[in-house]
Amino acid sequence: MPLTPDEVAHVAMLARLGLTEEERARLAVELGAIIDHVSALNRVDTSHVAETAQVGGLVNVWREDEERPPLGRRAALANAPDHDDEFFRVGAIQEQ
Amino acid sequence: MSAAPETLAECAAALRAGAVTAVELLERSRARIAALDPQVNAFLSRTDDLADRAAVEADRLLSAGTPGLPALCGVPVAVKDVLCVEGAETTAGSLILRGFRPPYTATAVQRLLDAGAVLVGKTNCDEFAMGSSNENSAYGPVRNPWDLGRVPGGSSGGSAAAVAARMVPLSLGTDTGGSIRQPAALCGVVGFKPTYGRVSRYGLIAFASSLDQVGPFALSVEDAATCFAAVAGHDPLDGTSSPTSVEDPLGGLREGVDGLRLGVPHEYFGEGLDPGVRAAVEGALEVLRSLGATLEEVSLPTTDAALSTYYVIAPAECSSNLARYDGIRFGMREDRGSLLETYLRTRDAGFGAEVKRRIMLGTYALSSGYYDAYYRKAQKVRTLIADEFSRVFERVDAIVSPTSPVPAFPLGAHSDPLSMYLLDVLTVPVNLAGLPGVSVPCGLVDGLPVGLQVVAPRFLDARALRIAHAYEQATGWRTLRPASVEAVAP
Amino acid sequence: MTETLRGAPAMVDHEAVIGLEVHAQLLTRSKMFCGCPAGYVGAAPNENTCPVCLGLPGTLPVINRRAVEHTVRTALALNCEIPHFTKFDRKNYFYPDLPKGYQISQYDLPLSRNGHLEFSLDGRRVRCGITRVHLEEDTGTLHHAGDVLQSATSSLVDYNRSGVPLMEIVGEPDLRSAEEAREYLVRLRQILMYIGVNDGNLEEGSFRCDANISVRPRGSDTLGVKVEIKNMNSFRAVQRAVEYEITRQITVLGAGETLHQETRGWVEARAATVSQRSKEHAHDYRYFPEPDLAPMVLSVEMVEEVRHTLPELPEARAARLVAEHGIGADDAGVLTATREEADSFERLVAAGVPARLAANWQVNAVNGLSNAHHVPLWESGLGIDGLAALLRLVDAGTVNQTTAKELLEELYLGGGDPGAIVRERGLGQVSDAAELAALVDAAIEANAKAVADFQGGKEGALQAVVGHVMKATKGRADAKLVNRLLRERLSG
Repeated sequence: MPLTPDEVAHVAMLARLGLTEEERARLAVELGAIIDHVSALNRVDTSHVAETAQVGGLVNVWREDEERPPLGRRAALANAPDHDDEFFRVGAIQEQ
Repeated sequence: MSAAPETLAECAAALRAGAVTAVELLERSRARIAALDPQVNAFLSRTDDLADRAAVEADRLLSAGTPGLPALCGVPVAVKDVLCVEGAETTAGSLILRGFRPPYTATAVQRLLDAGAVLVGKTNCDEFAMGSSNENSAYGPVRNPWDLGRVPGGSSGGSAAAVAARMVPLSLGTDTGGSIRQPAALCGVVGFKPTYGRVSRYGLIAFASSLDQVGPFALSVEDAATCFAAVAGHDPLDGTSSPTSVEDPLGGLREGVDGLRLGVPHEYFGEGLDPGVRAAVEGALEVLRSLGATLEEVSLPTTDAALSTYYVIAPAECSSNLARYDGIRFGMREDRGSLLETYLRTRDAGFGAEVKRRIMLGTYALSSGYYDAYYRKAQKVRTLIADEFSRVFERVDAIVSPTSPVPAFPLGAHSDPLSMYLLDVLTVPVNLAGLPGVSVPCGLVDGLPVGLQVVAPRFLDARALRIAHAYEQATGWRTLRPASVEAVAP
Repeated sequence: MTETLRGAPAMVDHEAVIGLEVHAQLLTRSKMFCGCPAGYVGAAPNENTCPVCLGLPGTLPVINRRAVEHTVRTALALNCEIPHFTKFDRKNYFYPDLPKGYQISQYDLPLSRNGHLEFSLDGRRVRCGITRVHLEEDTGTLHHAGDVLQSATSSLVDYNRSGVPLMEIVGEPDLRSAEEAREYLVRLRQILMYIGVNDGNLEEGSFRCDANISVRPRGSDTLGVKVEIKNMNSFRAVQRAVEYEITRQITVLGAGETLHQETRGWVEARAATVSQRSKEHAHDYRYFPEPDLAPMVLSVEMVEEVRHTLPELPEARAARLVAEHGIGADDAGVLTATREEADSFERLVAAGVPARLAANWQVNAVNGLSNAHHVPLWESGLGIDGLAALLRLVDAGTVNQTTAKELLEELYLGGGDPGAIVRERGLGQVSDAAELAALVDAAIEANAKAVADFQGGKEGALQAVVGHVMKATKGRADAKLVNRLLRERLSG
């Protein structure tokens, strides 16, 4: 069953995807079909099962509190689309 | 068959015998790329300076008779463009990372470079490793060297095709739901996905954190094992990397399969299986039997739910992993004045359709009201799947099956996303359980390659490789080459 | 310009319900998930960054062990339960100061829960529950062109702070007044500094506080509309903001209007809280367990090891100082304000200075100097050992209080040997009764009027005569003895 336009709009905003009208319409159908399919999971009995926390079974993986030389500002800014040699720059934030 | 060295092992021997130099191997690789890549489109970019310097250095070490040089020294390799290489453009097959030059190199790639490998370039892939056909790249699809009208498989299509086309003997790909094994099967090469945690993910542009693994494409199982040995092992920069020491996969490689019990899951031989694939794989099982293995039918009942489990967990994790692509610190930015509009426009213009689909799906599965029914439920079913494998492995030493239900299909054949997802049914359970799996060529169907998948228990990577090696050595599939390659390199 | 609230007096007597949320940066060398330096004050923008804390593609976090230990230490100091199993989760939202588009934090299985913090206020005991203490990473910092978010056309981002280890301490809504809120924060900050996990700096943002405030009719047990207050950068601001908000809420309700669940910021210049954004558009953080990090299993042994590193906490230490050394409770409170001060006091006593003398001097003269010069005793030139030497001289009667105070001031910054200086300059106290007797007689003669006044009943008149003797001895006379001698002379 396709998603409603409101559902698509809501999810798209959560994901910060600015979708076109055409994309929204298409995704409503595609996502609806996929979600219907994966809802088959509900038929699986998991009443006595715990979620997989970490597929590797590892616990307590940590590092000692030691400093490593940082990258430095120039390298940090090297890939930035907009910067002023000190900071990364973004547009008007306003209300989110 | 070609007289010139093709496999990693042949190249290593020829280099040491002085029959060829690393610079010559590099030139030959570039000539092969020039001849074939305009059609195949396996490469997105080249790392020429890095390669030139590495080849010169390798020749210096080789001619000086330096003892103990790794087999990889002087050998041309390629890596999938989701693996970061310092200073080299790394795009993950996406527009949103066009021009991105990482200030660091992925650990797995660094280990190849430290062994003296000559990195020729970055290979094409489905955008952010999402896809099963390499038709989702923002830089054009990759075409299968066996039939240029067909897909090579995905998402590591470029890495598979580069090896199949003999452009390089070895490449690195990544596998989240089958993205090494499936293209290996469709391109007639060996593809190996190690146990989750065996190879560092540091520097691998993340798709699904609990499923991604780096692994080799090669022309022989031995070569794949050599590469695996070079890149595997604990990395302090990856908190999911296993501290268990790596059993040398080359040590027991030739032990054969005599006395081993192999499980054949009947759920993997269902209705959707192409008859030609079925015939080829059943033939392979016969060969294994003749080599002394016992085959036993087993059941993995939750296989049915594995695809759904994967298509909840992987998109969920990817929706979070791809949130960092916002045009602020790197990559593409579509500036629109306000921050919100910039986010929306950048991510709309930068991501392709499949990526958007998965981000939407994943965001939905994690969102308030749906988390328990989808993500949490999927993680429980995942436990069932892993437990099921464990129980089967109490009775058998490994599991064998087809890698892909179909051989290479024409470009555009699976425009419906769901029909594409269904192709992953034989490979995703292995990622969900974190098991090692290898695909090895086992025949042709109408001239198109078929792959046999061997899956072993966690950390028994060497066993999977050993079984695949025994099968490979008993058959001649390894030496078959695509017609397109024969034409340029008889 | 301040705003004043007008409104009808409330018809119903309301009580305030206040819950405080503190974010405290941990004192570690490196960041939470990478090796960049954790200290960023004074660093040039974006200097202390690396691929991990910049959230570059392909990078992965690795847990800083000391940050986990600091959080366990804090949990123990706050009487919390520490679960066997704990993990990190991703909190997903988009904001420029959050490089990965998610914050690694803790959601449903935090490092600790169910603790409490007790303190005294105005003679009564207050006990505030601690809901949880968990560990997460800090975000980068934003600078808005023009300094005001709402109207800035662009903003600048600095990631030096991104990834610094941050502890979140959530208090139960057990506080009932602005005074209680302030005192809770003072005590909490003091404990965190005592156990060495935080440097207590509110101005620079290493110790941050938000308040959740609601009001309800007194005696009710349902909760009113909750308003979150942010941007309080000092204890005084917290107190004023909480007071303002309580009054505002009661006034709104008293006027028959409704309160909105929202976030408000304290604006110092207007002495008021101002609405920032409505909490009705609450974020959907889509929490899920962090797949890049293994969960943590905290063994009993590990927790006990951390417990053994806990120092004596402030209240317990103050109580012990009163019991062991007989000093007053007020002085004990001042002396245990920081661990270093308490350590200084106990070292003075161990060096042979009587407790009450040490307490009196440290609380008054020494604190005065350390505040004036912004140099604490243990960093001063005189140091604890120097002060001990000086106070031993006072105790022995070798030098009088006035002289000692002058010496303290003189030697505080530059240091020096008090004993030697007293000898060299002949500053020793004059306490020879015979010597003083002569001077006393001379003073009586020279101050006939004062003597007459004193003998006539004016107690205060004696001071002039005492002063005469002090002047004659250049301030070195034992003032108490002079007093005694004078009274003896003049009474009989």
